[in-house]
Amino acid sequence: MMLKRDKKEEEDGGNPFNNLEKSSVLQEARIFNETPINPRRCGHILTKILYLINQGETIGATEATEAFFAMTKLFQSKDTTLRRLVYLGIKEMSKIANDVIIVTSSLMKDMTGKEDQFRGPSIRALCSITDHMMLQSIERYMKQAIVDKVSAVSSAALVSSLHLSHVSQEVTKRWVNEAQEAVNSDNMMVQYHALGLLYHIRKKDKLAVNKLVSKFSKHSLRSPYAYCLLIRIASKLIEEEDAGSESPMFDFIENCLRHKNEMVIYEAAHAIVNMKNTTAKDLAPAVSVLQLFCGSPKPTLRFAAVRTLNKVAMKHPAAVTACNLDLESLITDVNRSIATLAITTLLKTGNESSVDRLMKQISSFMSEISDEFKIVVVHAIRSLCAKFPRKHNVLMTFLSSMLRDEGGFDYKRAIVDCIITVIEENPEAKEAGLAHLCEFIEDCEHTVLATRILHLLGREGPRTPSPSKYIRFIYNRVILENAAVRAAAVSAIAKFGAHCDELLPSCVVLLERCQLDTDDEVRDRATFYVSILKQQQKSLNSAYILNGLQVSVVGLERAVHNYTLEPSETPFDLKSVPLATQTMTEQKTVTSRDTGDMGMTKTVDKPVASRVDVYAEQLSAVPELANLGPLFRSSQPVELTESETEYVVQCIKHTFSHYLVFQFDCTNTLNDQLLENVSVHMDGSDGFEVMKYINCSNLPYDKPGTTYTLVRLPEEPTSVTGTFTCTLKFIVKDCDPNTGEPDDEGYEDEYVLEDVEVNVADHVQKVIKANFGASWEEVGPENELEDTYALSSMSTLEEAVKNIIQYLGMQPCERSDKVPEGKSSHTLYLAGVFRGGHDALVRAKLALTDDSGVTMQLTVRSTDPNVSEVLATAIA
Amino acid sequence: MDGGILEPSLYCIKALAILDNDGNRLMAKYYDETFPTAKEQKVFEKNLFNKTHRANAEIIMFEGLTCVYKSNVDLFFYVIGSTQENELILASVLNALYDAVSQILRKNVEKRALLENLDAVFLAVDEICDGGIVLEADSTAIVHKVAIRNDDIPLGEQTVAQQLSRKLEVFQSAKEQLKWSLLK
Repeated sequence: MMLKRDKKEEEDGGNPFNNLEKSSVLQEARIFNETPINPRRCGHILTKILYLINQGETIGATEATEAFFAMTKLFQSKDTTLRRLVYLGIKEMSKIANDVIIVTSSLMKDMTGKEDQFRGPSIRALCSITDHMMLQSIERYMKQAIVDKVSAVSSAALVSSLHLSHVSQEVTKRWVNEAQEAVNSDNMMVQYHALGLLYHIRKKDKLAVNKLVSKFSKHSLRSPYAYCLLIRIASKLIEEEDAGSESPMFDFIENCLRHKNEMVIYEAAHAIVNMKNTTAKDLAPAVSVLQLFCGSPKPTLRFAAVRTLNKVAMKHPAAVTACNLDLESLITDVNRSIATLAITTLLKTGNESSVDRLMKQISSFMSEISDEFKIVVVHAIRSLCAKFPRKHNVLMTFLSSMLRDEGGFDYKRAIVDCIITVIEENPEAKEAGLAHLCEFIEDCEHTVLATRILHLLGREGPRTPSPSKYIRFIYNRVILENAAVRAAAVSAIAKFGAHCDELLPSCVVLLERCQLDTDDEVRDRATFYVSILKQQQKSLNSAYILNGLQVSVVGLERAVHNYTLEPSETPFDLKSVPLATQTMTEQKTVTSRDTGDMGMTKTVDKPVASRVDVYAEQLSAVPELANLGPLFRSSQPVELTESETEYVVQCIKHTFSHYLVFQFDCTNTLNDQLLENVSVHMDGSDGFEVMKYINCSNLPYDKPGTTYTLVRLPEEPTSVTGTFTCTLKFIVKDCDPNTGEPDDEGYEDEYVLEDVEVNVADHVQKVIKANFGASWEEVGPENELEDTYALSSMSTLEEAVKNIIQYLGMQPCERSDKVPEGKSSHTLYLAGVFRGGHDALVRAKLALTDDSGVTMQLTVRSTDPNVSEVLATAIA
Repeated sequence: MDGGILEPSLYCIKALAILDNDGNRLMAKYYDETFPTAKEQKVFEKNLFNKTHRANAEIIMFEGLTCVYKSNVDLFFYVIGSTQENELILASVLNALYDAVSQILRKNVEKRALLENLDAVFLAVDEICDGGIVLEADSTAIVHKVAIRNDDIPLGEQTVAQQLSRKLEVFQSAKEQLKWSLLK
């Protein structure tokens, strides 16, 4: 028999399992039913079945059930290996076969039997087939097993309890005493598993977790795994409490840095590095153990150390400089991951002079490392560009050579992102960057990237000294690419035509050719742009080509849908559509913070419903507020109480074209009170008239409720600001804190809240104008107002810029919110839409004066004279 | 991805795998939903193998995961965890896996021997990691728990040997009992 098998193995490359057929193996499994059982043969067949399942072969429910039932026959054999294989079979089949609970009694027999070898694995097998109903019946045995003196049994029971807690948290909670006892076990693994279970049961109870940590941090644990777990629990507590290094938990973690096991030392160092409120001094001991690890002969340890140091370098580059020498020796490490991390860390901590050398070193093995690490390198380069703007030349060349190399989508996108940020932040790098991107789209297989770059070219290209050179690259796309890219290229060409008069005739010619395109979208775009460009009117160019629609996509969809539902004579009004809010910039800050992690950052690229859309939906669900027209803007929530008071109230201001709705989110923090008929009474400024209170009918303990107050805006268009005093009015009913049962009788009471202010910013929606100059011309000087102010309270331009943006609530354009260093004057461009759909633009020329702070010349343009007046006086 | 600290939990292994020198799966266990289908798993294994089979570097960040690995002759052993996981924990599990397999195969760590003892390897993996939780990381303890019969002895003799060993066990347990009763 052995000989025959050998021969067969030679034929199929030495793998006897290679040509197994599912049906024939299952056929063979019928032998399980024979008596007496041949353990060796059955074991072999069972191994084959396990191999097939492991290879990802799908076995149907009927087949599986049949095999499963045959398998149960094998319980008759006493052979240890066979029995253990049966347990494995049960675990694998438990997900696919029917009626698996049939083996419960057999497994319970093994679990409580004499053979220790069977007990642990049988518990684990049993738990894989246990459901909520059966859990009760095995509870007693599980409790016993947890405290069993055989470590394998105890571990198996603890681990299974943790798995079972996903089935029923309630039942496993009752095993807490047993788990407590098991933590004191002499066996390392039992201790670890018991600690894990204990924490899982108690993790909702902060106090209990606190006790847990302080108890076990003193009484020394035996298992390094348990130590690691305890460090993680402790650092989570520190994070939740927002504590710093003064916390006793921190002392425990720091002590772990002197543990004898490297695993524990590293876990502690990792935990300290990842804490939020750490100073360079807190980090020092962690950094020095990591520095030691850098010299370890074990690659994994070196890797872990460098990776963590890399993380430190992001926040505290100075703390890592001490390790520079050790890192230098790692840049030639055979493990390229380690070398890459060492170099990127050095790039963060090093000075300008070392950049060239490091870049040379890294380019020598760029082709050998995985995409993940290439992305790390790209991120490092991005931060370098921000740090040493003068080095953009070297870095840009490096990026462009990376663009040319092979690589996946994520990697290419990271490079393109990086180049785009560099272009935006450093005007000197713009031309070189655009040239690299042009070259890249010549041979780019990713539609998303190509369209993105074309969009960027359309935006930035026309404003470079020689815009004509980009046209060729763009028009090549029209000839060679798929429809999405062609459409983007058409839009880009139109932008050149709209911005540069001398290119207009040629652009029109090119666009006219595109009108013959095979794709509808491309033709439509070309026709649209040609007819607009032929008008040769600056305002049209600006409104329809250079600065596109500013509406929120979700909002537009809903508005158009509603319009089609109720046919009417009046044409669709685009001004009624909510505007797109500034999600784009917010997303950007998030991703740039993420750059440190090498893992995949999965960003969701679909249009998400903005806050305004969500609120609009909520408000329209309240019948009294349904007919106010489209919601224009919703403010950020403002706290009207301290966070620890009896009642916590937050206010959100919703602006409609003639009304304001104040939304008060209230929470009752007293567990012996039920509030009814809750409303917020507002008293205040001239002209504002309170129309209606919409009560919150009852407000039980700890369940947030919402009440609204509707206010009509003053008739006078220029009076838009005011202050309101607010009082929370309600009926109190005392109730039993345990049952929540309220008394019948209640009494009226009130509670004074902080004042609510209505500012200019509440009437303005931020809008990005990609081409501010064009919009400025589009609105025209008709309603222009200009005034000069001395802002004596501001001492720097940055401060002035920040405050102006805050007062007006408008969107800074053309990156004018960033004041270049060392300048004494700056121009801020702001764009927005005022309530009622009036475009508003602001140009603020700021100059730093020696004695009186900042002087500002404010110019406001708007489509409505009143709006200009409101904005011009807002600062004063 | 947030701060980089994992939720404290016992679940720390995402997958274990043993591949041959063509990157084909001999054994693989996935403990969470990172790769839900067998197809995705195998694609991942192939890519991972392509990245790791030349450079003997022990650790790699791959597709947003940390993978530690080890190879011998025509076998590749992998342990895979989250990027925030303590790399040394993963490495300790890898060592346990490798050493246990090596002991089961009597230091003869190669594909053919592995396939001949596949049942024991399945059992060993089951003892190392249960549903993503490290069950045991000491290779001697694992091999002891697997307690596999001696495969090299042909069928006829083996039963005798088994009988013998069983007798021995009975004898030993009797001895133990005697000892305990005396101690009492």
